[in-house]
Amino acid sequence: MQQFVNFFTNLFSSASSEAYNINTLFLRYMILAGFIVLLVTSLVIIGAFKYRAKKNTKEPEQVFGNQKLELTWTVLPLLAVTFFFFLTVKTMSEINRPFQKNEKPDIVIIAHQWWWDMRYPKYNVETANELHIPVGKNLLTRIESADVIHDWWVPELGRKIDAVPGRINYTWIDADKPGVYSGTCSEYCGAQHAWMRIRVVAESQNDFNNWIKAQQKIPSFPKDSTAIKGAELFQTKTCANCHYISGTPADASIGPNLTHFASRKTMLSGMLTNTDKNLKRWLKDPQKVKRGAHMPDFLLSKKEVNELASYIEGLK
Amino acid sequence: MSYSLEIPESVNSFPKIRSTNGFLEWISTVDHKLIGIMYLWSALFFLIIGFAEAMLMRIQLAQPQNSFLTPEAYNQIFTMHGTTMIFLVLTPMLIGFATYLLPLMIGANEMAYPRLNAFSFWMFFFGGLLLYFSFLAGGAPNVGWFSYAPLSEKFYSITPGVDYWAMSILIMGIGTIGAGLNFVVTTLTMRAPGLSLTKLPLFVWMVFVNAFLILAAFPVLNAGLVMILIDRLLNAHFFLAATGGSAVIWQHVFWTFGHPEVYILALPAFGIASEVIPVFSRKPIFGYEFVAASTVAIALLSFGVWAHHMFAVGLGTTFNAFFAASSMLIAVPTGVKIFNWIATMWGGSIQFKTSMLFAMAFLIEFTIGGLSGVGFAIVPIDWRLTDTYFVVAHIHYVFIGASLFCGFAAAYYWFPKITGKMLSEKIGKLHFWVFVISFNCTFFVFHILGLLGMPRRVFTYPDLPYLGSLNMFSTISAAVLGISFLMFIWNIFYSLKYGEDAGDNPWNAWTLEWLTSSPPKPKNFNIVPFVKSRRPLWDLNHPEDPDWKRKNKK
Repeated sequence: MQQFVNFFTNLFSSASSEAYNINTLFLRYMILAGFIVLLVTSLVIIGAFKYRAKKNTKEPEQVFGNQKLELTWTVLPLLAVTFFFFLTVKTMSEINRPFQKNEKPDIVIIAHQWWWDMRYPKYNVETANELHIPVGKNLLTRIESADVIHDWWVPELGRKIDAVPGRINYTWIDADKPGVYSGTCSEYCGAQHAWMRIRVVAESQNDFNNWIKAQQKIPSFPKDSTAIKGAELFQTKTCANCHYISGTPADASIGPNLTHFASRKTMLSGMLTNTDKNLKRWLKDPQKVKRGAHMPDFLLSKKEVNELASYIEGLK
Repeated sequence: MSYSLEIPESVNSFPKIRSTNGFLEWISTVDHKLIGIMYLWSALFFLIIGFAEAMLMRIQLAQPQNSFLTPEAYNQIFTMHGTTMIFLVLTPMLIGFATYLLPLMIGANEMAYPRLNAFSFWMFFFGGLLLYFSFLAGGAPNVGWFSYAPLSEKFYSITPGVDYWAMSILIMGIGTIGAGLNFVVTTLTMRAPGLSLTKLPLFVWMVFVNAFLILAAFPVLNAGLVMILIDRLLNAHFFLAATGGSAVIWQHVFWTFGHPEVYILALPAFGIASEVIPVFSRKPIFGYEFVAASTVAIALLSFGVWAHHMFAVGLGTTFNAFFAASSMLIAVPTGVKIFNWIATMWGGSIQFKTSMLFAMAFLIEFTIGGLSGVGFAIVPIDWRLTDTYFVVAHIHYVFIGASLFCGFAAAYYWFPKITGKMLSEKIGKLHFWVFVISFNCTFFVFHILGLLGMPRRVFTYPDLPYLGSLNMFSTISAAVLGISFLMFIWNIFYSLKYGEDAGDNPWNAWTLEWLTSSPPKPKNFNIVPFVKSRRPLWDLNHPEDPDWKRKNKK
């Protein structure tokens, strides 16, 4: 029983007022819907037992209708949906709070086939797939897409919102308690739609400031020889054509920003934990690890893989 | 001057395929009954294929991070599953029943346009084959049954799959429009003497209203399909934002068709329930006028609700509120129907034939599916649950809970008329119970998976709490669901061979199709009595208490 209660509360746990409002509305609607399902089920079953054919009975009385009854079950549902329409509009406007036309977004999220580009224009910071936010702040977030339609969805933090090419959408992101919230792309976007997950780290303002400071730093140039080789390879093997590492000539934004790759817990949009072994597997044969991903196989030798990995793992 | 081609009159109810001209007789037939039967067999054939695809998906999803299927294969299979079940199973199943029964139920000997009827069937059939040919031609479509642009554009989907998808659906769509046109004209012009529009059997009424939905909705889809084909084959950019198109337009076009399509698959099912429930309750339908009028209300409203599929696109609160209101309103006429059907049972003398069991289960399953649907009209709930497994649960409770449950009810109800043999009740009841239990076990857990955060259309998922065990449970139940389909097929073949003879009117039903022989001769009726009420056969069998003599029917 306790397990069931825990399960149920987990299902509807929320970490923001938006998510809380959605869940409350959902539970209210569940009460009505549950009642109707129960009513219909019991009417069908009771009716079936009560009026089952008995042996050798004649035809029952032929009743053709009853307008009063029928009007009743037309008007009652009408009242119920009117009530829920009112709640719908109310909750919608609570969730989509207005903002100033010229207000600068706190976060810009650009969805790509199959990763998330996350930018903090006010701090000039860019990261990927793992969003850090300070607790208790309402953050205006702009959502865009670089290719096909994606959808931003972190259930505990509120509504989902599509990332549509050619459109700019805004939503609010906030968390009222610290924690790690997991989400995912929720609009089918191609081969690796399943591995386009989101990790949101909500932390105290202090921790957030520290994180921002660390992200703003230019990573120091590697010292050990393997990593130095890796840094050279990164520029010569055309990794730099797609990726960004601040302080180096690599300044493209086709693939994820790798400036502080090693500070992330996961890689490939939440597909794998960020470990040495996984990174090497990925560099060795990207198509084997995440089929369809847009990183080509560079046919790197084992030595080259080790060197590149050593360099990237130093990007803290 | 008019030309007429000499077409030899067919003399057999069922030309034997192996007889001299049997095969030719089938493929050249313009008899609505044979065409209806071909629709139904094709629907069953594609049901098996669509189910096999579903099973492959369930095996892949049985465990987290399973590698049974590659993502490319999985994405092709889920697209083909959805497209198959909607366009190649449910649509032909319901059109098949309508093609077979509509003329019989209005006392006609043929459809208004017999050759158009045959054309419609073959367009559907070859469209289906063309769709499956894509597997051999470089890859099946892999962008989902609603094929959202720009993912469906050449740049993001380079295999010819989407081209095959668009062309085959275009071809099938033309066939479906032909069928819709035929239903409208047949109902308007071929009714038996005395059978006014207000006396139509409810199945005919709903097929009639439905035909208008087909005529209005499918051309929109076809226009969209032509646009996507021009984009893909001629490098235009209707739906490419980068070059001035709009990805959102595709969604508007598709759902302007897509939502009425849901009702196109539901209304004939409602019609079936409106025939089956009264007959097995031994009472007329409760509130004929309300049931008939609510059908028209649903049909009209269905064209004003499409954007409830687009609440997450970010089109603004006012826009969303309008479509929330219109979508919620549809719940009202639908609810009216449910309660009218229950009231029909109430006070009756209910016979628990397999057909009736399916119809009664439909009332409950469809209530669940309908209510989760209203949930999606409540915009904030949609913002949490759209594109998750909750939607997958919802569509299966509607498409199986309404369309397929009623399809089975219709199969058990009209099989005796179509073949002259009764389907075995023993196997039928086993089929029913296995089906109803495994269906609920398979799909109910999807609601919970959606709430847990599992998006739809993923080829795999991370090993988060409960996801693995719930998916495994669903996969096992789906396998049992497959067994229930086998029972149904077994029942058909068993009963065709060993079934009891049906006689003209085994259920003691009241509509005109039960007046003629089972199976009907190539010419359906020699004489049709003057129709004086909605239940002509009741009047014939109860000369002392006919419906048309009742003064206060209320």
